[in-house]
Amino acid sequence: MDRFDLYRAETEIIDPPVILCENVTKDYVDGLHAVKNLSLQIRKGEFVFIVGSSGSGKSTLIKLLLREITPTSGIIMVNGRNICRMRSRGVCKLRRSIGVVFQDFRLLKDRNVYENVAFAQRVTQVPRKQIERDVPRILSIVGLADKYKSYPDELSGGEQQRVALARALVNNPVMLLADEPTGNLDPKNSLEIMRLLEEVNRRGTTVVVVTHNKEIVDMMQKRVITLNKGVLKSDKKGGYSHA
Amino acid sequence: MRRISTFFYGIGQGFAGLARNRMFSLASIATMAACLFLFGIFYIVLANFNHMVREAENNVGLTVFFDEGISDEEIEEIGNKLRKRAEVSSVTYTSAEEAWESYKAEKLSPEMIETFGNDNPLKDSSSFTVYLNDPEMQKNLVVYASGLEGVRKINDTTEISEGLTGINTVLATVSIIIIVVLLLVAIFLISITISTGVSVRKQEISIMKLIGATDIFIRIPFIVEGMLIGLFGAGIPSAIFFFFYDNMTTLLTEKFSSVFNLVSFLDKNEVMKVLIPVTAAIGIGIGLIGSNLTLRRQLKKIAVKE
Ligand SMILES: Nc1ncnc2c1ncn2[C@@H]1O[C@H](COP(=O)(O)OP(=O)(O)OP(=O)(O)O)[C@@H](O)[C@H]1O
Ligand SMILES: [Mg+2]
Repeated sequence: MDRFDLYRAETEIIDPPVILCENVTKDYVDGLHAVKNLSLQIRKGEFVFIVGSSGSGKSTLIKLLLREITPTSGIIMVNGRNICRMRSRGVCKLRRSIGVVFQDFRLLKDRNVYENVAFAQRVTQVPRKQIERDVPRILSIVGLADKYKSYPDELSGGEQQRVALARALVNNPVMLLADEPTGNLDPKNSLEIMRLLEEVNRRGTTVVVVTHNKEIVDMMQKRVITLNKGVLKSDKKGGYSHA
Repeated sequence: MRRISTFFYGIGQGFAGLARNRMFSLASIATMAACLFLFGIFYIVLANFNHMVREAENNVGLTVFFDEGISDEEIEEIGNKLRKRAEVSSVTYTSAEEAWESYKAEKLSPEMIETFGNDNPLKDSSSFTVYLNDPEMQKNLVVYASGLEGVRKINDTTEISEGLTGINTVLATVSIIIIVVLLLVAIFLISITISTGVSVRKQEISIMKLIGATDIFIRIPFIVEGMLIGLFGAGIPSAIFFFFYDNMTTLLTEKFSSVFNLVSFLDKNEVMKVLIPVTAAIGIGIGLIGSNLTLRRQLKKIAVKE
């Protein structure tokens, strides 16, 4: 055991990882691995990109972390708790601590922007006064303050994406999982969103971003986890890995 | 604070659900109302029936007739013996003349009375009418009085009240069966209403779950919706009974005055005191059962996607 290992062992005790996956495999269909034998750790306050070609299992990993689905085998720990064995009360608590931007946004079409964002607070029973304070604030942060009355169908893809981001952030989550948060944005807007995520991260939120956007990844110089056909291909700090 | 706002949220969402799901909601409310209306009718009939039987038993006493040619002293003695009994509340004497006069007045037309002239066909029909403290004791007294010397015959109401009680039981059984069937239909309709509501809001519910809404929070709107259906279903018949009970009883009393001059209907308040809370409780209870039966299954379907 060298000094580096010793250091790692120590920090693990003092500061356990927020996310710990061990040999996680997920088969949607028997024998077909969407994620295969995945082991990784993400520490509190980290900013991590997850990249990989389409179908490599990135969204599956996000869904596993949110316990939208459960792994076929392996262990997933979030905040030191095994989320596969959680009961419904624990799952609620887990999800309340995580903000998610879904790849398909999942906005409510029959509600306007304001209500879509407030929805995340209403359903977690946040007091009305706080909702009235938080929603306008987060909408102006994502640059949608003047569109709060619009319905999702009246917004561009990029605007919908920002509504989804606002909804994910409005409850000040401990961890943010963003599946392609810049998928529909032009380079300038993408950069703005990334700056925003960096800011959120600086305030202590652990940020996990799934993306295909090579320029952004290269520019940000953060930790990059590369998946290939459900298998962990590389995990290193720096730019987009070409393998 | 949080509880209260969740409560109002639930009520608001429950009403929204009813409005969104208008057709099914109305069908459920209508069935529930029909069911509880029938229940109310049966309750009113049975309650009044029981009331009238009891009243009849109290008002109509035994009638004791005497042997032919009995002397006034002997009649006096029988009267004294009867008055001494604990179960007897009062004894009144009706002479043969009085009996004939009241019979003429009630049953005969003037022409028919002519034919009798001055004869009294009921000349041996002087009698005691005996009222009891407790109608239950009637049998005892009949046994005692028949044993007395000079007593020819006793008319009692035991048979009548036993007959009425028999009809009562049949009526109750039939009505319970009909009500149970209707309640099952109501439960079925409510569960359809609720499951349609859930499937319409499938996307919203799945997002709620992923954001971390508790199970109960997700259920509350639907539970409230079921309860509202029950409450409206109970409210309609209750209102009808409340506003029309007096009209109904007045109408019946006028139409069938010969029956209802002996007995009277229960007081409106007496009936409503029981009927309204029971109807409301059944309505809300059925609403809760109907919605809960469906919710568990429907919400599980949304949760599991693996
Ligand atoms: N619900 C499902 N049922 C069956 N197979 C699924 C399901 N969801 C995903 N898969 C499969 O699992 C694999 C991984 O899918 P996943 O959505 O995680 O990919 P991804 O990396 O997010 O791709 P993309 O970059 O296109 O979003 C794919 O082969 C996909 O077909
Ligand atoms: Mg994906």
